Amino acid sequence: MRTGAGLKLVGELRMVHATSVWRTLRSLADERAEGTLDIDLTDAVIVDGAIMSLLVELRATLSARNISSEIVGASERLKPIVHLYRGDEPPRPRAKPVQTRAITRLGAAMQRLFESLRRLMIFLGETVAAVRGFFGGPAPVNWREIPFLASRAGADGIPIVLLLNFLVGFVMAFQSARQLKLYGANIYVADVVGISVMRELAPLMTAIIMSGRSGAAFAAELGSMRVSEEIDALKTMGFAPGPYLILPRVVALALVAPVLTLLGGVVGVAGGAAVAVSSLGVSARGYQAELQTALAPSDVWTGLVKSVAFGIAIAFIGCQQGFATRGAAEGVGRSTTTTVVSCLFAIVVLDTLFTLFFQTLGK
Amino acid sequence: MTGRSILHASDVSIGWSRDEVLLEHASFDVHEGEIFGILGKSACGKTTLLRILIGLEQPLEGQISIEGIGAPGFHPGRPSFGVMFQQGALFGSMTVGQNVALPLQRWTDLPSDAIRTMVEAKLALVGLEGAVHQLPSTLSGGMRKRAAIARAMALEPSLLFLDEPSSGLDPVTSAELDRLITTLARVLGLTVVLVTHELGSIHNIVDRCVMLDRESKSILASGAPRDLRSSPLARVQHFFNREPEAA
Repeated sequence: MRTGAGLKLVGELRMVHATSVWRTLRSLADERAEGTLDIDLTDAVIVDGAIMSLLVELRATLSARNISSEIVGASERLKPIVHLYRGDEPPRPRAKPVQTRAITRLGAAMQRLFESLRRLMIFLGETVAAVRGFFGGPAPVNWREIPFLASRAGADGIPIVLLLNFLVGFVMAFQSARQLKLYGANIYVADVVGISVMRELAPLMTAIIMSGRSGAAFAAELGSMRVSEEIDALKTMGFAPGPYLILPRVVALALVAPVLTLLGGVVGVAGGAAVAVSSLGVSARGYQAELQTALAPSDVWTGLVKSVAFGIAIAFIGCQQGFATRGAAEGVGRSTTTTVVSCLFAIVVLDTLFTLFFQTLGK
Repeated sequence: MTGRSILHASDVSIGWSRDEVLLEHASFDVHEGEIFGILGKSACGKTTLLRILIGLEQPLEGQISIEGIGAPGFHPGRPSFGVMFQQGALFGSMTVGQNVALPLQRWTDLPSDAIRTMVEAKLALVGLEGAVHQLPSTLSGGMRKRAAIARAMALEPSLLFLDEPSSGLDPVTSAELDRLITTLARVLGLTVVLVTHELGSIHNIVDRCVMLDRESKSILASGAPRDLRSSPLARVQHFFNREPEAA
């Protein structure tokens, strides 16, 4: 490659030479301030597509600065590739990248948020209408799926629910033990652990585990059905996908969530007992007696009521995200991630609302 | 086309196992600069043969040699040929531009602005100027295949393998893709090995072909498509005249 008044390419220029060619072209373009810079291919034997795309880019760069540049002297062999890469056409003006301002991006994000909320409301409305239609007349619902779904969400999840809730009760007791010891109130560890685990921690921990296991699974399952057109196939066969696919999942989680929560609460309290007996000098019988005094029935049923709501919300969000899946594999992945995040958000919001509600009721 | 042999298959047998053989003792050559077709009915082993030619699978017997590479297989280093898979196989998490840029980023030391220039040029070449920032999921089937061709050509290979490029496309899009493949092959001097059962593509773009046959587990016929069309063999006639074999 020789440079002078113009640019003369010599010999074979292929992809392997692209880096050095590019550097030469850039420095040439930077040096030239005005006039003409033609690219002479008279002595070029081979110019492959990679090099030709760089030459065409050089012309566009120079043209933007009002410097004329033509590709000249191409042999009959090279003319087709010059034409293929539009090197024989006037350089096209380079499109300027669109710079969006922060306020525009914020507006677009809000628009997307409202749109997703709107779709969620529509989905909720359609599901409620479908449920009403089911009670008003025969509608195909895959009830036979419920035992399988309940088993997958419930029985298969028991070990992890038990382990995590036990550890939560254990940690809770340890954290409160230091303060209780200061006042010689060791026995009250049963009150602290019992009430907090049954009312709050067991429903929350169980719901978090269900979000990761069942909510994500529903989103991935229905998302895959969506992208493989199975949901469309259901519609063409006269099924309403809402009742057919969503209701069994909602019912399954609504049934399973309180059972898991109750089991989780029991082992959470047991975790607290382990700490009380081992490091606070409280007897097992004393712990049990104090627990019976402290724990009111409302502490248990408020936790269970919350868990039913959490289960319904998790199933609903997982199904909604599955139905809203677009694209292929990456769409399913996106829906799964969104499901877990949305479920955690919904659980915390619902928990807050329930706390305020039960406070108002005096429970 | 009378170019020198660039790919040589010698006495190749392919199949799932020794008991499930699809093709036995097949030999053929692909010449430089030609568009070479591998034809046949569904399930005759076309795609399996292609996967063996590009080294993703091994033949049961025989040898394949590609000029400048030797036996195909996984060779660490810069690939010497480009491949377009049947569904495009674009990475869904990347934009179309990032898909095309991927081999350039991996195998060249080009600065990012040069890579961007080459990516835009390749996409313009296949008629996807505006798609550089789009995700593959937003493209139609034909556009996805064009983008996959652009990615296969990113490193300027001299040999391109295409698996059913026009399957599942409407006739107009299919014809446009055929024209694109012919233009790229003729102008850039590419050798193209193409798997297809689309008669339109076979007649429009293929210079020479082999027709695989599941029943005889052999290459039933080979040559230019017009020669195959006038073959006296009944199964070749059925294929080219779109006739059921039982008729």
